[in-house]
Amino acid sequence: MRSSTKKKVDPLSYHLTPKHELLTAEQAFEVLKSLGVTPDQLPWMRASDPVAKAIGARPGDLVKVTRKNPLGGEVVIYRYIISG
Amino acid sequence: MEDKVIKGVGFGILSPDEIRKISVTAIITSEVYDEDGTPIEGGVMDPRLGVIEPGQKCPTCGNQLGQCPGHFGHIELVRPVVHIGFVKHVNDFLSATCRKCGRIKLPEEEIDRYLKIYRAIQSRWQSASKRLVDYVKKTASKATTCPHCGTEQLKIKLEKPITFYEEGKEGLTKLTPSDIRERLERIQDKDVELMGLNPKTSRPELMVLTVLPVPPVTMRPSIMIESGIRAEDDLTHKLVDIIRINERLKESIDAGAPQLIIEDLWDLLQYHISTYFDNEIPGLPPAKHRSGRPLRTLAQRLKGKEGRFRGNLSGKRVDFSARTVISPDPSISIDEVGVPTDVAKILTVPEKVTDWNIEEMRQLVMNGPEKWPGANYIIRPDGRRVDLRYVKDRKALAEGLTPNYIVERHIMNNDVVLFNRQPSLHRISIMAHRARVLPGRTFRLNLLVCPPYNADFDGDEMNLHTPQSEEAVAEAKELMTVHKNILTPRYGGPIMGGTQDYISGAYLMTVKTTLLTKEELSKLLGPVKYSGDVPEPAILSPRPYWTGKQVVSMFLPDNFNFRGPANVSSGTRICKDEDCPHDSFILIKKGKLLTGVFDKKGLGNQQPESVLHWLIKEYPEDYGLWIMDNLFKLFIRFAEIRGLTMTYNDVKIPAEAVSKIAEQSKETRKEIENLIAKFERGELEPIPGRTLEESLENYILDALDKLRNSAGETGSSYLDPFNNAYIMARTGARGSLLNLTQMSAMLGQQSIRGERIKRGYKGRVIPHFKQGDISPEARGFIYSSFSRGLNPIEMFFHAAAGREGLVDTAVRTSQSGYMQRRLINALSDVRLEYDGTVRNISGDLIQTFYGYDGVHPMKSVHGKAIDINRAIERVVGWKR
Repeated sequence: MRSSTKKKVDPLSYHLTPKHELLTAEQAFEVLKSLGVTPDQLPWMRASDPVAKAIGARPGDLVKVTRKNPLGGEVVIYRYIISG
Repeated sequence: MEDKVIKGVGFGILSPDEIRKISVTAIITSEVYDEDGTPIEGGVMDPRLGVIEPGQKCPTCGNQLGQCPGHFGHIELVRPVVHIGFVKHVNDFLSATCRKCGRIKLPEEEIDRYLKIYRAIQSRWQSASKRLVDYVKKTASKATTCPHCGTEQLKIKLEKPITFYEEGKEGLTKLTPSDIRERLERIQDKDVELMGLNPKTSRPELMVLTVLPVPPVTMRPSIMIESGIRAEDDLTHKLVDIIRINERLKESIDAGAPQLIIEDLWDLLQYHISTYFDNEIPGLPPAKHRSGRPLRTLAQRLKGKEGRFRGNLSGKRVDFSARTVISPDPSISIDEVGVPTDVAKILTVPEKVTDWNIEEMRQLVMNGPEKWPGANYIIRPDGRRVDLRYVKDRKALAEGLTPNYIVERHIMNNDVVLFNRQPSLHRISIMAHRARVLPGRTFRLNLLVCPPYNADFDGDEMNLHTPQSEEAVAEAKELMTVHKNILTPRYGGPIMGGTQDYISGAYLMTVKTTLLTKEELSKLLGPVKYSGDVPEPAILSPRPYWTGKQVVSMFLPDNFNFRGPANVSSGTRICKDEDCPHDSFILIKKGKLLTGVFDKKGLGNQQPESVLHWLIKEYPEDYGLWIMDNLFKLFIRFAEIRGLTMTYNDVKIPAEAVSKIAEQSKETRKEIENLIAKFERGELEPIPGRTLEESLENYILDALDKLRNSAGETGSSYLDPFNNAYIMARTGARGSLLNLTQMSAMLGQQSIRGERIKRGYKGRVIPHFKQGDISPEARGFIYSSFSRGLNPIEMFFHAAAGREGLVDTAVRTSQSGYMQRRLINALSDVRLEYDGTVRNISGDLIQTFYGYDGVHPMKSVHGKAIDINRAIERVVGWKR
């Protein structure tokens, strides 16, 4: 059994968590414009997601996720934070 | 009329008034036909409901069969009935609203607040709005008193499938559909909205039927069976049942029958109407035909694989298609398909008559539908179709042909057709071929295209489709031709290539010992389209001889270089570079095969980074087609001339070897006896993490595995590695070394679920052993070989393991088939946009860059954008 007293793990420092950055409104606007999408057409991420909580993302925000591509290089994707 | 654009489609529930409005007549009698067989007015086959017989004129719209769409009628139900499809919604409404005032059982402010949120998120956050509705329903249902009128609330109980009860202090009271309807009528529009329905189109009281629409006869035609008996559609039967009960219910009410009888009849009416909508309701016995067959009512028409959606809308039967058994023909090109003349005379292509083809077309018309090549129809410039079967004087018709006529001519050689074999699991299950009309009754195909279709000739059937327009032909030719699809997007390698005899033939041809005289060389090159020079023979004296490698080299491009191991390079004959005494390292320089043999690794199908792969990838498509048509033809021709069979002697081992294996078996048996004895004495060392029994089992399995291997090694060491069976196994043409050892030395352990066979009677598999016997032979170990033969007990174990294999494949195919169906449905609208992103139909972003590397797998090298090793090899060229 996992005990509830176990110390909290910081999801950001875990080695499998990709880099998450909260975008400012201007940056978010730029991103949406360059991709030609409305926010709800991006993949979603809940505000209750541990990473979202850790970086303080609120519903309506955009998060930039930079992860390593197994085929080489980096992949940048964006997440739209929804309530829940 | 001005053009209209469809903006959307809305769904709602028909109200009784609407039903009466679309109805042409009320259906009032359960009688269908009178004595002379004419339909009765006011019956379910009322002539005003539409035309079903040819020549008849519709009394409602005046159209004839085919033009008349059919018209609805209606039945006035004496008592209301709950619509079976809405039972869940009715239950929700009853439990969430007050039994007296009909308001949602939440305080007014809360209703307003939730409604405001609901309206705000409804259009954009469908899933969230659904959750809100669910929450409202849940909390409202919990209330014990109405916050609006203060009435005490009773619990609503739904007894599946359709009966509603109210749970009061003194037990259950039944709610009749009339009660339910009254309650639903009281619910306010804004409460309906908060319950997730649009009150404008779907008032809840409409979920209790008072009027039933009667569908037009065109969707439930009666059919004449031979001897003139009329058989009615299942829906008609059901409608008659409904009217009959409705009539009886009315009579009983009018006659003032006791409440009990009326309620029984009412329930019966409810049953009939429910099964009329859906005859597979859990908890309701399905309505049956007189013969005992369950009726196919409305829901059954739509549901399932053969239903309206999957059977008639997503998939349809098509014209211009054919299906027969397939058989092989190694002499036709890989992009051809042999079409039987009988098929060619039925499949047609529309061809426009022009000044340049008019004579040809005249000849086809004169040949008519009976003689190939002919034509079946002509279409005159005014659009009239002439069926050539019924034209007396075809010659005159042919003379009258002028440009702009269209002739539907028979399929002829080199027409583009689509060829398909189910299951169509990947894009290359359908490819475009050139037709080649041949005598016989089967489709013929080149053996090299078997792998993409996964076809063999044990009775497989395939389908053929004929494109009907120039656009379709062009598209098929450009995208679907066989030689444009040799490389598969599945893994970026050649999916077509040598199989079986092609591989043994290629090996035999390229093996060092093959020397060909001029006569033999001519015989080989005879049927091949090769126009280059024949090289200087490798051996000049005593007479000129060409090596097989020289012959193969004639087909390779001059600038082709390759190095890599062959399939035969394994075990004792392994080689890592061209310095190879076994001739098992392929070295091609400047298009000359210098060392090594061609086998599965070189020319086999589904072998990425092989000689064949680079030949197909680095040279034009035409070259790929040419090499597959000609070089491969050479291989089977060579195998044919040399002869390739398998004999008992190929797997027979000398008595010496047999006794050696027997000796090994004896030792192992003793070893296992020791293990068992040790186990019984409790001295056995357990494997960490396992029980003692499991450890013993593991030790025994290890020992037996070792025995089978050593027996196999002993056996195969006595086999001639250059006998035909061994050659086939080594080159990868057919069979494996394991198959050979099973034939020559020992079959080994038979297993079920990866364990030794142990199920059967108590403690033993068959009664020939003592209970609890765990010796090898009692648990399915087979000491015999196929060549020596199995004893009956061994035979039983072998059959048991064999059966498991069969069951496994059957289960696997059905499971993976369903899995693929779901995947396809989920991914069917995902596409690659021009900006390089991957999106679905609603524009949701799936990937910001296709595959996150932008690589088209079909143009890739085994999944990678470039293969560095091959790139270096090509730059270095032959110098190495």
